[in-house]
Amino acid sequence: MPAQATASLKQTPLYRLHKSLGARMVPFAGYEMPLQYPSGILAEHLHTRAQAGLFDVSHMGQLRISGVDPAGAIETLVPGDIRGLGAQRMRYTLLLNEAGGILDDLIVTRLQSTLFVVVNAATTDRDFCHLRDRLGPALTIDRLDDRALLALQGPMAAAVLERLAPGTAQLPFMTAAETTLDGRSCLITRSGYTGEDGFEISLPAAGAPALTERLLAEPEVRPIGLGARDSLRLEAGLCLYGHDIDETTTPVEADLNWTIGRRRLEESNFPGAAIILRQMAQGPARKRVGIRPEGRAPAREGAAIVDLAGGEIGRITSGGFGPSVGAPVAMGYVGAAHAGEGTLVALSVRGTARPAHIAALPFVPHRYHRSHPNPPPSPFPQSPGQARGGKG
Amino acid sequence: MAALRFTKDHEWVRLDGDFAVIGITDYAQTQLGDVVYVELPEIGRRLEQGKAAAVVESVKAASDVFAPVSGEVAEANEVLAADPAKVNSDPMGEGWFLKVRLADPKELDALMDEATYRHFIEEQP
Repeated sequence: MPAQATASLKQTPLYRLHKSLGARMVPFAGYEMPLQYPSGILAEHLHTRAQAGLFDVSHMGQLRISGVDPAGAIETLVPGDIRGLGAQRMRYTLLLNEAGGILDDLIVTRLQSTLFVVVNAATTDRDFCHLRDRLGPALTIDRLDDRALLALQGPMAAAVLERLAPGTAQLPFMTAAETTLDGRSCLITRSGYTGEDGFEISLPAAGAPALTERLLAEPEVRPIGLGARDSLRLEAGLCLYGHDIDETTTPVEADLNWTIGRRRLEESNFPGAAIILRQMAQGPARKRVGIRPEGRAPAREGAAIVDLAGGEIGRITSGGFGPSVGAPVAMGYVGAAHAGEGTLVALSVRGTARPAHIAALPFVPHRYHRSHPNPPPSPFPQSPGQARGGKG
Repeated sequence: MAALRFTKDHEWVRLDGDFAVIGITDYAQTQLGDVVYVELPEIGRRLEQGKAAAVVESVKAASDVFAPVSGEVAEANEVLAADPAKVNSDPMGEGWFLKVRLADPKELDALMDEATYRHFIEEQP
């Protein structure tokens, strides 16, 4: 592990708490962040799927867009239906460039008269400039750098939060509520990025350490680092910006067509619409897929995907060991001819071709909270296209 | 007690007659975290001191394991294929990696003894 200068790294409001919990801190997107706590990535991952994990995602960018018709304005930059969002409703969407490439993935929440937006840490500065330059003087973009963001994820998350803030367990998936939590004003959303039920909690930085300690005092809750956050989102088939999606990938190639609103398709007035519509009609030349390596050897980002004749057909964009799957899992792009589920491929790992096959995403079923108390079994196979959590 | 030596890359080597048993240290397994896969060289391969000999993969990354001594691979720990977590639970015992036929016992002189290694890891950041 190369030594990295930590002098210029930023810290979140929970830095001291992470250190006191014994976290191993690593540089990530300009921040010094907890990779893992003493129990380790495997235990943290499995605990989140079994009970509840608390993540510090304060490094992510929080923005507020206010002014004249913010929903209509942001629709000029994203393909999602934002005008159609009811108050307190939220949506996963994509900032696109003129070629239909993805500048960032983000969550937009419609509040009373403003939009609350959460973007990736590494792209916050760029997104802020992009929004400010493109939305024009009728809109104001505020960076909410004085706010922390926590994610409470897992099947016990709702029971835990209900104890602190009665009523929150009833909040439907992808809905926000401005409420009081342990005496502090918070914006709570039913969302997350682990494939599990859960919440994200935005609050002023000053109150974040005390609220975190209050949540960690609940018996079901343990602190979870970036290592498990990555393996959880990979098993859930969710994209990591800069790895699985970037400016060179379109929503169609990334299998994110479901983020494009029906009305938006008809209007075709989002950046790159002509290219995206053509790809939707003709099928993309390449597509993001799930990949299951056979055996136990993980295939990491950058590994070549080859066909049975040995010709390269793509690259792994995220890969590692899936603790809940109990085996290696990966995502990557392959040519359309090889994108079918079950297609046999090989992965080049350290010069050796290892057998693998194209697999359905997600690797672990999503367990988001639906408003129906006893939902009937879905007749449709589960895919990331059905619903998409928050960014934490 | 057979001689135990250590490298600055956190491999250990224990002398066993003409053979040397090789593994990674407790410090190394702590740094790596949960081990999920170990790739070992085939029997008969010639290893060169200081060159990559095996790969150990944790949940988050793959790392090279370097040969602490030169020699021919005589045995690889088959247990690790089914139970790589042995590297975490017993790195100096059941979690061993390789047994090699030692090419040059003098190479051991360049390695650290246990007291020196202990001092060495105390100075790690």
